[in-house]
Amino acid sequence: MSFKNTFEKYDWDTLEKEIYEVTSQDVEKVFLKEKIDLEDFKKLISPAATPFIEQMAQRSNTITKKRFGNTIQMYIPMYLSNECQNICTYCGFSMDNGIRRKTLSDTEILKEVEHIKKLGYNHILLVTGEANKTVGVSYLKHAIDLIRSQFSNISIEVQPLDQEEYETLISAGLYAVLVYQETYHKATYKTHHPKGRKSNFDYRLDTPDRLGKAGIHKIGLGALFGLEDWRVDSFYTALHLKYLQKTYWKTKYSISFPRLRPHQGGLDPKVEMTDTDLVQLICAYRLLDEDVELSLSTRESETFRNHGIHLGITSISAESKTNPGGYSVEPESLEQFEISDNRTTKQIKQMIQSQGYEVVWKDWFSI
Amino acid sequence: MTTDTLKIADKTFKSRLFTGTGKFSSANKMREAIIASESELVTVALKRVDLENESDDMLVHLNGNQINLLPNTSGVRTAKEAVFAAELAREALQTNWIKLEIHPDPKYLLPDPIETLKAAETLVKLGFVVMPYIHADPVLCKRLEDVGVQCVMPLGAPIGSNKGIKTLEFLEIIIEQSNVPVIVDAGIGAPSHAAFAMELGADAVLVNTAIAVSQNPVDMGIAFKMAVEAGRIAYNAKLAPIKNQAEASSPLTSFLNDLN
Repeated sequence: MSFKNTFEKYDWDTLEKEIYEVTSQDVEKVFLKEKIDLEDFKKLISPAATPFIEQMAQRSNTITKKRFGNTIQMYIPMYLSNECQNICTYCGFSMDNGIRRKTLSDTEILKEVEHIKKLGYNHILLVTGEANKTVGVSYLKHAIDLIRSQFSNISIEVQPLDQEEYETLISAGLYAVLVYQETYHKATYKTHHPKGRKSNFDYRLDTPDRLGKAGIHKIGLGALFGLEDWRVDSFYTALHLKYLQKTYWKTKYSISFPRLRPHQGGLDPKVEMTDTDLVQLICAYRLLDEDVELSLSTRESETFRNHGIHLGITSISAESKTNPGGYSVEPESLEQFEISDNRTTKQIKQMIQSQGYEVVWKDWFSI
Repeated sequence: MTTDTLKIADKTFKSRLFTGTGKFSSANKMREAIIASESELVTVALKRVDLENESDDMLVHLNGNQINLLPNTSGVRTAKEAVFAAELAREALQTNWIKLEIHPDPKYLLPDPIETLKAAETLVKLGFVVMPYIHADPVLCKRLEDVGVQCVMPLGAPIGSNKGIKTLEFLEIIIEQSNVPVIVDAGIGAPSHAAFAMELGADAVLVNTAIAVSQNPVDMGIAFKMAVEAGRIAYNAKLAPIKNQAEASSPLTSFLNDLN
C-alpha cells in the first residue's frame, strides 16, 4: 500500500468540475464548522470562496498564532550542484540548457557555510539537481557529515531516493526532505519531464511513503504552480498530506507554494496563479490543518512576504542564492531561477520583528 | 492565611504558576510577562536554545531574575533520545531538573506513556528531578510515582488548544490518589481554567500559550497569577458543597411529622 492506491481513486477532471461548481452557499456552510475536512478544503480553494478571503485570512491568523505563537522560523537554501540528467521544461538546470555545470567541493561547501553562518542561520536546506553519479547518496552523506556540527537542522531538496538511502542519510543527521510532485496531472507531468529518472511519475509520487517508512522527521510537499490548474493540484497535495499524516503519524509535514519564476529558457505558466489565489490557498491549508508548517520562499515579492507572515506562514528564507557557490564561491554563476525578494537577512529580520513576531533561528537539535 | 508554599525536590515555590518561553513575539515581551506573572519556574525547550552561543537571546533575557529554568525535552520521540537530551540540558544549563516530554506525534504533541515511563525510570536513577508531561491517566501517575518522579504533569486538554480542563474526571482521581505534586499542564487557555484547576486541588499549573499569544502578555501574566492564587485560596478554604437538587417546597416525607 502506498499513496498511489489513494491517488488512483480520484479523477482529475471530476475534481476540477466539483471545485468549479462550488457555490457561495457551500462556502458559507464551511465557516460554520469547527473541523475542516478535505471536502471543505475543496470548497475553500474554489473560485466561489475568493470573496470570503478576508474571513479566511482572519481565521487562519488566529489558528496559526495559537499553534505557532508569534514566531517565524528562518532557513536558508544552499545549492550544492546544478548538474542534472533530467529535462524539466521549467527549470534552469534542465539537462538541455547549455549552462556551465558545477558541483561544490569540500572546500567550497565550507566556504559557503562560513558565509551562511555569519548571517545567523542554523537551519539549512541543501539543494541539488538529479545526477546520481556526481551527487548521489554518498556525496549527500559526505556533505551532511561535513556540515553537521555547524547546523542544528539539515534538510535536503534533491532527487527522490530509495528507502535504504534515506535511512543512511537520516542516520547521518538528516532532518527533513522536501519533495514536490510538481503536478499531480499525469499527462501534464509527462510533458514537462520527458527525459531522465524524473519522468517516472509513480516513483516520485511514492517518495513520501519511502520517507515515512525510513522514519524521517519532516516531509515537505508541494506542487509547482503554473504547470496545471493550481486548485486541482492543491487538492491532490492536501489529499497526499492527509494520507501521509494518518500513515506516518510520527512525521511532521510542511507545504511550500512555489510559483513558476523566470529563468533562462523559461516557460510561461499554463495556468496563472494570482496573488489573491495564493493568499486563498495559504489560508485554506491553515484552516484544513492547524499544525502543518507553511513555508514561503524568496520566489515571492517583498510586499507579499511582508503580509504573508500574518496569513498562516510559519517559515521563510531570506537572501537565497539558487546557484551552487552563490553566496561566496561563484556569486556570478547562473541561477536556477531569479528570486523576487532580494532583501538581506538583516532586513528580513527587522521586517519580521517590526510586525510583532520573533525570529526563530534554532528549533532543533540533532541527536 | 498561613504560608502556603509548594515544595518539589529541593526547591520551595511561593508561586504555583509555572510558565513557558515559547510563542512570544520577542524575548523582551517574554521576560516582562514572566516577571509580571511572578512565576518562579519557567520551562524552556532545549531545541530552541543555542548552547554554543553565550548571548543566546532567550537565556540572556531570563538570567538574573530569580527564575528557575526548567529545560524540556520537546522534540524527542523515544526514551533514549529523551535521556540524551536531559543529559545535554543538565550539562549546558547547570540544572538537574527536567521536564520530560516525549511526543512522537508532532501533530497534537500527545505524550507517549510507554516511552515516558521508561525514560523517567532511567532519569531518576541518573539523579534528575523528573517532571513528566503525561495524559491524565491515574494508573500511569502511580507507576511514575513508583519509579521516583518528583511530580506528575497531566494534561488538561491537548497542548496549545486553550480548551481548558477537559480531562476533569481523571484529574480528580489523580489529585485524590497522588503522593507527589500534581501540576496541570497543557490546555489551560484562560485564567478561569487555571483557577478551576487549583480549586480542584491541583498543586500548580503550567501555562504558556495563553500568556504568550495574548494581545497583552504582561496583563495576562498578572491575570493568571491572580487566578492561580484565588483558586488555591478557595481550595484551602473548602468550597461550599454544590447542591444537585433544589429543596422541594412540598416535601414528600413531611407527613411523618404529623404521624409522630
